[in-house]
Amino acid sequence: MEFAFSHDCRRPSGGREAKPLEQMKKETIKTLRAFLIELAIYAVLVVAYFFLVLHFLGEWLHQLETRHRYTYGGVAILLIIGQAVVLENVTTLLLRLLRGRSE
Amino acid sequence: MFFPISGAHISPIYLAIVGFVIGILGGFFGVGGSFIAGPALRAVGLDWNFAVGTDLAHIVGKSVVAAKRHRALGNVDLKLGLIMAFGTIGGAEVGAQLIQMLKRAGNVNLVVSIVSIAVYLSISTFMIWESRKTLAQARLPSGTVKGAKAKHDPSAFKHVTSAIQRLKIAPMITLPASGVTISLWVIVLVAFVGGLFSGFLGGGAGYIRMPSMVYVLGIPTHLAVGTDLFEIIISASYGTFTHAIKGNVDILIALVMHTGAAIGAQIGAISTQYFTGPKIRLAFVPLPLIGAAIVIYTLMTGHKL
Repeated sequence: MEFAFSHDCRRPSGGREAKPLEQMKKETIKTLRAFLIELAIYAVLVVAYFFLVLHFLGEWLHQLETRHRYTYGGVAILLIIGQAVVLENVTTLLLRLLRGRSE
Repeated sequence: MFFPISGAHISPIYLAIVGFVIGILGGFFGVGGSFIAGPALRAVGLDWNFAVGTDLAHIVGKSVVAAKRHRALGNVDLKLGLIMAFGTIGGAEVGAQLIQMLKRAGNVNLVVSIVSIAVYLSISTFMIWESRKTLAQARLPSGTVKGAKAKHDPSAFKHVTSAIQRLKIAPMITLPASGVTISLWVIVLVAFVGGLFSGFLGGGAGYIRMPSMVYVLGIPTHLAVGTDLFEIIISASYGTFTHAIKGNVDILIALVMHTGAAIGAQIGAISTQYFTGPKIRLAFVPLPLIGAAIVIYTLMTGHKL
């Protein structure tokens, strides 16, 4: 995920590079707005994920955990790493879209 | 929501919020956050064995996100992380064996509790002393701290770190990303001790490994945080697998927790840009103290959080 403030809203590192206070405030508000919109969209996606994906995966994983423990161990690691990569990409994409629209 | 693997009913919103909080701490300090996740899962009725194993699985996901972000910021030393992973896994196995020995002797709870309180308090006391002294001595930049600047990370303990780095015990390893040349055995020893505490006290033991990397190996704080997270991916994956085959992992709970942690971990990782090394170390101090408070509470009340 690329938060806008990671690129656009750094604190001034010296007097020569200092941005006017007004501009800094505007950037901060823009960043916060983008972040809140992103959080709302992300929350909707996550709720859908809870009820759809986990509902279907739940029983299969339960069976796997009962019958094939070694396979379950491998699948568990793959699932959590896979989810980490996917969520990171989803949030990055979301913010890129939001920032593109607001700029 | 019902989780069939552990047979627990837990609100997914609660899990996501817990994940979010732990994600911020993990991304900022490079710790797993087991001292919060364990009690938080226990509080909603999850069995202790599932709390430990599931937390490890969740730590893997959170560390992937945070380490990826730290890597983008130039805060991960891959070579150091890979070397440390071997030491950590070895240490964790020895720690687990120690626990088994103490179990047979019948005094595991008391010994583990006393050792953990002593370790937590020592780390906090030392880090308060060092970071305050460093902050008082050094003139630090007030703005964003990134990459090359982070390598000039002042420490009041630097003389001891330099003495350790001067130990010429072959093979010597050069770590260009961290700007350090040090004996392989020192790295393995630090990782082994971290793993030992992880196996002995539970959790990822980031509260020991991260300060050790800074004070013993001389790794700049930002790189220590990022590299610790990278190393945690490997060691926690190993821990997840070993717990999963023992039936201690509810991966569905871990996946739900991770939805919150994915956001929190990135906020925590990005926030490190706005703090100098000694300030991150000073802010780290309450974490081991919280761990000590939990152990003291458990000792006094007999209720395991």
